[in-house]
Amino acid sequence: MATGHVQPQETWSPIFGRLTLDWIPYHEPILIGTFLGVGLAGLIVLALMTRFRLWLPLWRDWVISVDHKKIGIMYMVLGFVMMVRGFADALMMRLQQALAAGGAEGYLPPHHYDQVFTAHGVIMIFFVAMPFVTGIMNYVMPTQIGARDVAFPFLNNFSFWMTVAGALLVNISLFVGEFARVGWLAFPPLSGASYSTGPGMDYYLWALQIAGVGTTLSGINLIATILKMRAPGMKMMMMPVFTWTALITNVLIVAAFPVLTATLGMLTLDRYLDFRFFTNDFGGNAMMYINLIWIWGHPEVYILIIPIFGVFSEIVATFSRKPLFGYTTMVWATACIMVLSFVVWLHHFFTMGSGANVNTFFGITTMIIAVPTGVKIFNWLFTMYRGSVRLEVPMYWTIGFLVTFTIGGMTGVLLAVPPVDFQLHNTLFLIAHFHNVIIGGVVFGVYAAVTYWWPKAFGFKLDDRWGKRAFWGWFVGFYLAFMPLYALGLMGVTRRMNSYEDMGWQPYFIIAAVGAVVILFGILSTFMCFYVSIRDRKRLACGGDPWDARTLEWANQSPPQKYNFPQDIVVTGRDMFWKMKEEGFKWSTDYQAIHMPKDTATGVLISAFALAFGFAMVWYIWWLAILSFVAMLAIGIAHTFNYNRDYYIQPDEVAATEAKGASA
Amino acid sequence: MLRTIKPLLAMAGAVALSGCQFHVLAPSGWVAHQEKNLLIISTLLMLIVILPVLFMSVYFPLKYRADRKDTSDYDPTFTHSSKLEVVVWGVPILIIVGLGYFTWVYTHRLDPYRTLDHLEAGEPIEVQAVSLDWKWLFIYPELGVASVNELAIPAGRPVNFSLTSSTVMNTLSIPALGGMVYSMAGMETKLHLIADSEGTYPGRSAHYSGPGFSHMTFDTLAMDEAGFDAWVEKVRAEGTTLDAESYLELETPSIDAPVTYYGGVSEGLFGRIVELCVAEQTVCMGDMMMMDMHGGGGLQGIPNVPFYEYDRHRAIDGFGNPISLPAPEPKHYYEAFLADPDLLCRTPLDAKAKS
Repeated sequence: MATGHVQPQETWSPIFGRLTLDWIPYHEPILIGTFLGVGLAGLIVLALMTRFRLWLPLWRDWVISVDHKKIGIMYMVLGFVMMVRGFADALMMRLQQALAAGGAEGYLPPHHYDQVFTAHGVIMIFFVAMPFVTGIMNYVMPTQIGARDVAFPFLNNFSFWMTVAGALLVNISLFVGEFARVGWLAFPPLSGASYSTGPGMDYYLWALQIAGVGTTLSGINLIATILKMRAPGMKMMMMPVFTWTALITNVLIVAAFPVLTATLGMLTLDRYLDFRFFTNDFGGNAMMYINLIWIWGHPEVYILIIPIFGVFSEIVATFSRKPLFGYTTMVWATACIMVLSFVVWLHHFFTMGSGANVNTFFGITTMIIAVPTGVKIFNWLFTMYRGSVRLEVPMYWTIGFLVTFTIGGMTGVLLAVPPVDFQLHNTLFLIAHFHNVIIGGVVFGVYAAVTYWWPKAFGFKLDDRWGKRAFWGWFVGFYLAFMPLYALGLMGVTRRMNSYEDMGWQPYFIIAAVGAVVILFGILSTFMCFYVSIRDRKRLACGGDPWDARTLEWANQSPPQKYNFPQDIVVTGRDMFWKMKEEGFKWSTDYQAIHMPKDTATGVLISAFALAFGFAMVWYIWWLAILSFVAMLAIGIAHTFNYNRDYYIQPDEVAATEAKGASA
Repeated sequence: MLRTIKPLLAMAGAVALSGCQFHVLAPSGWVAHQEKNLLIISTLLMLIVILPVLFMSVYFPLKYRADRKDTSDYDPTFTHSSKLEVVVWGVPILIIVGLGYFTWVYTHRLDPYRTLDHLEAGEPIEVQAVSLDWKWLFIYPELGVASVNELAIPAGRPVNFSLTSSTVMNTLSIPALGGMVYSMAGMETKLHLIADSEGTYPGRSAHYSGPGFSHMTFDTLAMDEAGFDAWVEKVRAEGTTLDAESYLELETPSIDAPVTYYGGVSEGLFGRIVELCVAEQTVCMGDMMMMDMHGGGGLQGIPNVPFYEYDRHRAIDGFGNPISLPAPEPKHYYEAFLADPDLLCRTPLDAKAKS
């Protein structure tokens, strides 16, 4: 009636649940095109892998690997792949809004457009930003504290594959059924059983729940690693700042993610078993969901940005040839932010009718976070002050970050003032603000980290020219894409609109779309950069310490051997590697046997069944759900009986690999 | 060359011309004016620290670049300075103290729940706004009229909004007049605005609410007294009455609904909308709460569950079409209990009977 289309009839069969052929979107040309493209590319990859006999090495060296370095790299690959998907959504939205003015409906009907903006938010936060920061922490943190691996190597592998299972479930929704049309945080009652019928919302719930298991376990794992696995002598206040931020981030993860799990769990009960937590009727209360989801959601943004603060702290110190200015302050400022991030959640809904006292409280607590954050920025600035600053690509990202993030922080404090928020809430001003801090902060930080630690992981630097092109694409593109949104927000233009009447807004949306295309250039330059650098790896080869760095992860060979360090390092101060270089440190040749964890396929197997379980739950295929759930438990229990979990690398083997690595 | 420049110039011109629509910066109501002032005060306060930071972010890396001629100022031992620490903590704290003061004052002054009587701008007018899928219903309880997707108000007089929603959340947003507040089903929220001058101001739902969301817009017509009276007369002349039946018809999902007038509104309709009991044979939330307070319906109440159902009757598919969801039969549970009373260990009724 409303749009002329109807959803497939709700039917149920014992074998396929509610999945019918009607749910395959073969009438949507955009999706068919995407499917053909993805399918073709997939086939080519499969063929090439078969041709070059890569299946076994992939399985043996990567999929079942418990090596934190390989898992870290796989997280980064997942992040970049999903970024392509999330960015394609962004381009589609920008094009739609550039077209759909003054009665024009554009090319995406609401049913499709609403899925696109929901998927964009979910993917970018959960399957791009989270894998990126987890990946960087996974790769860098253990080597920074002189450890051989994380505390629970198998758990690490399992966490990664659970994240992948969640990401796959979101992508399956593209071709089988539909995704949610509720916005990235799925506020009820809209996301409840009555107003979001169909499988889309269930894809959302199960994808996030499955990935959430991975995130929470990874948080526990990394906390244990930092607390228990530091090199002898490394006191807490000697840890590199990135390790500090990793610790604080993972404390936030462990404290916040269970809230998300519980909240989504209640919504799942609402949808599947007719509970009434968040319904309008029977005493349900949607406001409770909004409070709960933001009690997770606000710490979540700090989970994304705090490790990035750590990344920039390492980069600024290294490229300024100075120890970080105000190390102690930096640590305490980060800890302040950790605590404060739990007492600001209400600023996401000042407009829900809380009293003036409550709004003032949360407004002021939010502004207070700006103080430690500002202190950090000053500390980076004073690290450069009287330094010797090498303007290499990681520093481009750092300066871009300092400028962009500061502006984003300012508009954030503006939104923290309740009466200002009454006007700007849910407008494009808000969208511009959080992209300003997430692109200017997290994305720039991830790029800086990738450029900075790439030589560590692979033994050669990234190509400078393409690296700078990627930077300028992102930097210029960001300002073109989001400054118009600030302006639109000040006109009172609302987010998530599929079309609008006012032709005066269109020029701004067109500029924003152009900005998105410039960002596309940045992203393509990134992949070009990877390609060119891998092609020219001989030319770009560098030693173990290409940046003249300061922290322990650079003390071993690049790329590191799988045991990271041939011997334990006794830590005697901050910036330990710098100290070692000053003291003329050499590895001794008196090698000991090294105790290592064994690879296992348990993680990927459980995750595969978790994916099947999620899919079955989405489509009400109860037999498959029961079967895969039992299989997950059985494999998990069977794994506890596997006592063959470790091995020793003998001293002569260590000596051989060290010699080989040194000559390479 | 000219060919490429022309569209660019046209675009620049269009951007410049559209400047008149910056409702947040050039508002038309007292509330929005105050909010704009606060926006400007806050921005200026923050620029005290933002501008030096932006300057240093670019200046420091350029001034201290490694390939500079004179590197005598390179000082790797400069990693702590108590004086600087005091400044980098102190200045932001002072700014936040200032900003916090303004926040306190303005948040209380501009609390959406606070009436605008202090402006002494004449008798306020009551408007009950209901967000429906996907249109706005405005009821004027004092005048006994209602309109859909058109809000008429007398300029210069405060407007007291009571908001609710029939299904999902929305916000009532008229940027030219002031900030927004959520409308939520089963609840009543408040908003107080005023238009300083006559004019037509765009309004809409600013909280995503489903397939018809983009078209959930309305015009706010701020008129002089005579104009407003004429508008009310025009609406009265429409003749149709908004009662339970026509409300339920209006409530069914529709996208881009035309402006509609109702010459009469049945007594207490808004209250029943808030309490989710406009339809026949439904229980109002207030009554439900009273029953719960007295121990609930107990076992005998189980067959009554369908009278409390609300959301299920309003289910939609992904395109906004109403659909019927399979409903459970509470009677069966009840009969099962009768057959085997021990099925539930204890109910409030049992407890009462025993005491």
